[in-house]
Amino acid sequence: MSDILINKVKQLLSDKAIDIFIGHGEGTGGRIRPIFVRTPEDAEQLIFNENCKQSWANYLLKPEVKAAGKIGMMATKHALRAMMQLASEFQIKDNEVLALYWDNNELKSSADFKEIEAYLASQNHDILPHEQEMIDKLNAMTTQERWDFWQKEYEKCIKCYACRSACPMCYCHHCAAEGNQPQWIPVASHQLGNMDWHLMRAMHLSGRCINCGACAKVCPMHIPLNLLTYNLITPIQQEFGAIAGMKHDATYALSTFKTEDKENFIL
Amino acid sequence: MEPIIKIIKSASLATIVDKLKGRYPRLYAPVKKQELVELEVINGFNDIAQDYLLTTQSVKKLAFPRVEKILDYTLQKGNIQQQSPDTSNFPETVLFGIRPCDASGFRSLTAIFNGDKPDEFYKSRYEKLIIISFACNKADAYCFCTSVGGNPGNTEGSDIQFTPVDNDEMLVEILTEKGKAVADLFSDLLSDCDKPVDKQAYLANVPVVFDVNKVIDNTTKSFNNEMLWINQSLRCIGCGACAFVCPTCACFDIQDEQNMKQGARLRLWDSCGFSLFTLHTSGHNPRHIQSHRWRQRLMHKFSYMPEQLKVVGCEGCGRCSRACPVDMNIKEHLLQIAEL
Repeated sequence: MSDILINKVKQLLSDKAIDIFIGHGEGTGGRIRPIFVRTPEDAEQLIFNENCKQSWANYLLKPEVKAAGKIGMMATKHALRAMMQLASEFQIKDNEVLALYWDNNELKSSADFKEIEAYLASQNHDILPHEQEMIDKLNAMTTQERWDFWQKEYEKCIKCYACRSACPMCYCHHCAAEGNQPQWIPVASHQLGNMDWHLMRAMHLSGRCINCGACAKVCPMHIPLNLLTYNLITPIQQEFGAIAGMKHDATYALSTFKTEDKENFIL
Repeated sequence: MEPIIKIIKSASLATIVDKLKGRYPRLYAPVKKQELVELEVINGFNDIAQDYLLTTQSVKKLAFPRVEKILDYTLQKGNIQQQSPDTSNFPETVLFGIRPCDASGFRSLTAIFNGDKPDEFYKSRYEKLIIISFACNKADAYCFCTSVGGNPGNTEGSDIQFTPVDNDEMLVEILTEKGKAVADLFSDLLSDCDKPVDKQAYLANVPVVFDVNKVIDNTTKSFNNEMLWINQSLRCIGCGACAFVCPTCACFDIQDEQNMKQGARLRLWDSCGFSLFTLHTSGHNPRHIQSHRWRQRLMHKFSYMPEQLKVVGCEGCGRCSRACPVDMNIKEHLLQIAEL
């Protein structure tokens, strides 16, 4: 798979179809890291194997990456969904990013939103069974038990904001956590500050989380943060009939009124 | 003082921990908590992690906690009453089983906090620390202490150091007066060293990968080498994981938490990797892109600190690289700079 990818990227770079390619590379001690390829020779460093599950969509809005020119990206299913969600939030345009993705062992490339949507529609987007199991377990807890579970997790948080930095949907130039007029979220990494931060972030991602799990994977304190945002996917889907990142022109469920919206929350 | 060298049976460690705990209730040691190894107050020897390289977070939190209250105040009918927390009564705290790179990390922290005018919070907490380190008999791909002047058996900053040697024995180096007073608690378990022990032979092999003086010279010269910093930091996502696990990163933020009647002023960990770190009220940000923030991180540790404080701001523990979500391996980046 790596060879096919390398040849494709070499060709794209020689043809000047793209200026920079974001892909998976060999990291320290078997880790996978994002690498940025600008020349056909450097494309040799690209790899693709069963460990390359990371989405690099959070780089699409990074100024230094954008400044490099036309972007190509090795896209996992989650990266493609992040692209569609970013498009629906007017952060990237059609034909702006060339995505390479595997469709039944065939390497496809497309910058066309309609094509990407069609591919996504053919895929399964359920969260993984072990993650669902954990969510079910949490939902089966009493309120007190669930509170205790999360308080213990939040206690570990050092507020490094790796969750925010790794999240493709956390792109706000001015994060609510940084607002101080008024101060919504305590800056301190104490019990209240940590809880406020994670709950606020989860609420801002309700209906926008594309369940890539990056927040939890990058957490240096191993807090299962993805469970917070994943837990909001099903209610939004049930109430509004949509999951995030499937359509480039989707309207955001929580800020759009439709006459057919359920009104059963009105007492 | 001249180090006192003794030998102890490894099996005696549990007794030593009991004795320490009896005298110093605040006895911290590495504890395994699922994927993490954290420094926590232990109740006994069995709480201590059996097989650990080093703790996930550094030990700096014991002298420089992530939230430090530095002032209390009340507001009543226009009167402001201030009260500084009492720093004279921080409890004596033993750090047992930390690594040499953590113990020596206090060199940088002390240079920063106690530089021109001692910081009373840091100083008071640090003075109460009793540091019993364990020399490293293993290392991983992220370790590079030997490249920044340390080594797996570095005794700097430790009051006592244990090194596992042959025959289920440990070499005990009593290094300071403080350490001597603590070792008196278990002096009955210590035996004299009949013949010299080659400590080096029992330490982890951590190859020197770069010349730190070249790194210092080249970072200092490379401030305007924009492409160097951009290429190194293209994958950096601008979180603060590296700074918060670092044993020497000391930047902080001051925040007030208050209501109409009272408030507290807090000192909180901060990171130069955050875009907010240098954002001016005007909206201007002198470090407006991540590469400038990455440059600052390396310049501070390898240019400004050596120049101004005569210390290198890095212990080579590799925590920043292990914690980094995108595998920004600092050893590789420093090697690249050394070879410029």
